[in-house]
Amino acid sequence: MIDAENLTRKFGDLTAVDKLTFHIKEGEVFGFLGPNGAGKTTTMRILACLISKTNGEARIAGYDVSDEADSLKIRKIVGLLPENVGLYDDLTAYKNLDFYGKLYECSETQRKENIEHFLRLLGLWDKREVLVGTFSKGMKQKLAIARALIHDPEILFLDEPTANLDPESSKTVRDFILDLKKEKKTIFLNTHNLDEAHRICDKIGIFNTKLMAIGSPEELEGSVWSNKTIIQLEQMNDKILKALNDLSLNNIRTDNNKLIIDVMNPEKENPIIVEAIVGAGGHVQYVTRLSPTLEDAYLKFVRGNK
Amino acid sequence: MKLWKSWVIATKDFSIFRKKKRILYTLIILPLLISIGLPIIISFMTQIDNPTTEIISLLNAFSYFYIILAFIQSSTLASYSILGEKIEQSLEPLLATPTTDSELLFGKTIASFLPCIGVIYASSIIFMILSDAVTYNTIGYLFFPNLSIAFILLLAVPLSSILSIQLSVIISSRVNDVRTANQLGSLLFIPFIGVYLLLVTNVISLNIINLFVISIVLFLIDAVLFYISKAIFRRDEILTKWK
Ligand SMILES: Nc1ncnc2c1ncn2[C@@H]1O[C@H](COP(=O)(O)OP(=O)(O)O)[C@@H](O)[C@H]1O
Ligand SMILES: [Mg+2]
Repeated sequence: MIDAENLTRKFGDLTAVDKLTFHIKEGEVFGFLGPNGAGKTTTMRILACLISKTNGEARIAGYDVSDEADSLKIRKIVGLLPENVGLYDDLTAYKNLDFYGKLYECSETQRKENIEHFLRLLGLWDKREVLVGTFSKGMKQKLAIARALIHDPEILFLDEPTANLDPESSKTVRDFILDLKKEKKTIFLNTHNLDEAHRICDKIGIFNTKLMAIGSPEELEGSVWSNKTIIQLEQMNDKILKALNDLSLNNIRTDNNKLIIDVMNPEKENPIIVEAIVGAGGHVQYVTRLSPTLEDAYLKFVRGNK
Repeated sequence: MKLWKSWVIATKDFSIFRKKKRILYTLIILPLLISIGLPIIISFMTQIDNPTTEIISLLNAFSYFYIILAFIQSSTLASYSILGEKIEQSLEPLLATPTTDSELLFGKTIASFLPCIGVIYASSIIFMILSDAVTYNTIGYLFFPNLSIAFILLLAVPLSSILSIQLSVIISSRVNDVRTANQLGSLLFIPFIGVYLLLVTNVISLNIINLFVISIVLFLIDAVLFYISKAIFRRDEILTKWK
């Protein structure tokens, strides 16, 4: 549905997007994860036919983003939530949506139905005749999402939809995206919120000018070598530490009476470690496994290759 | 090109203009003052025993003033219309719709052009009627309407308005507040204000030949600005180079 092949965009000497290649299937929710300045917005703008690419290729539903005639067709089937909402403060919520409905060539009935549908869904129907200038940030963001959906697009581009929102608004927006996911919309989501990406996305690309890794959240977590064993002791002492040091383990950290140990092969090493502790007179209360998180994967890939 | 889309964009701007009292006032007050104030000045002139020829040259100079007024009014509207989108950051979602750059630019142009022309025509009709009323006894015939003002209103005023709008597009790409945009815009119009001063002081006269030359000059500047503004008003340019 969304395919990029060696997609590159330069601004003068600066390469903002470097040989980006990925494929997103219909109905998939793709999280494009990267730090500020990674080139996420630039990528999204190229895919939504807003700015041109310098090199490479990108296709949306088979249409070429750099073809003049195709780009009009792409813009018709794509909905965009930009980084800045860009609503008209001097128009009412209803008029804002109606204006866009017209530009997206929706019929009058489609406009009426969709405006009411989305405004009700997002809790803004009572405010439809209120000037948008008086809206809170969260309300504006919801209205901008309604605007992106006004023409029933198959594909949605959301640029950091929950950035700068209070926790409650963030949750509303996130839940709404999850609803859209159920409707089988293809969603391209820019974010630097790992938790959000984990909860919403089927597939995640970790990106910092270059694509560092791509896969499902679980695949990415699994790709990080970070099997850590946590052992909670009744009382930590030097004798135990010495016994552990004799095992020549890789990395041992202590936190009060807790031990955090990197292990290569937990099934084999954990019993040996516990034996050593018991042998040194320690009392083991808990042995747990610390699995790698998406955050570990993210930090590894973003820091790794820069 | 789907003209109805340009119209959708223009009517959206009309609704915004209507909400902004400041735009409404600047749009209406100056033309109204002129349409009433200038005949009052002329009426004083007729009472202090001025020769007919001087009154006529003053009437002509005031007619010419509508070319300048068209420029001022359009520049105010166009700055709000284009800079407004830039300041509200609404250009990105707007450009994401299946609307071509030309449809958008044309929509923005008529959004400023039509109200400006409407106000100017209304103002000039009041001006002509009042001027006729106060000068009929002195001159001995109805001075307006005449060929000069027809030429001005039907040709020079639209050309001047278009010039001003295109200039606003170009300036809007580099500037971020309406006042600076208007000030920069007026720089280009200084020569035309110079012509006005020459008319008032009777150095040149407002005949059809001079008006024709002025219109040709306006047209040529329009043509040059058209190419520049069209090159500037491309979505890639707007989103990556407009500062
Ligand atoms: N119009 C532009 N001109 C020059 N550089 C730009 C422009 N837009 C973005 N950049 C640069 O490209 C890089 C990527 O920006 P962006 O796509 O906005 O990143 P992100 O959305 O991931 O924060 C940044 O270094 C930014 O400064
Ligand atoms: Mg961004």
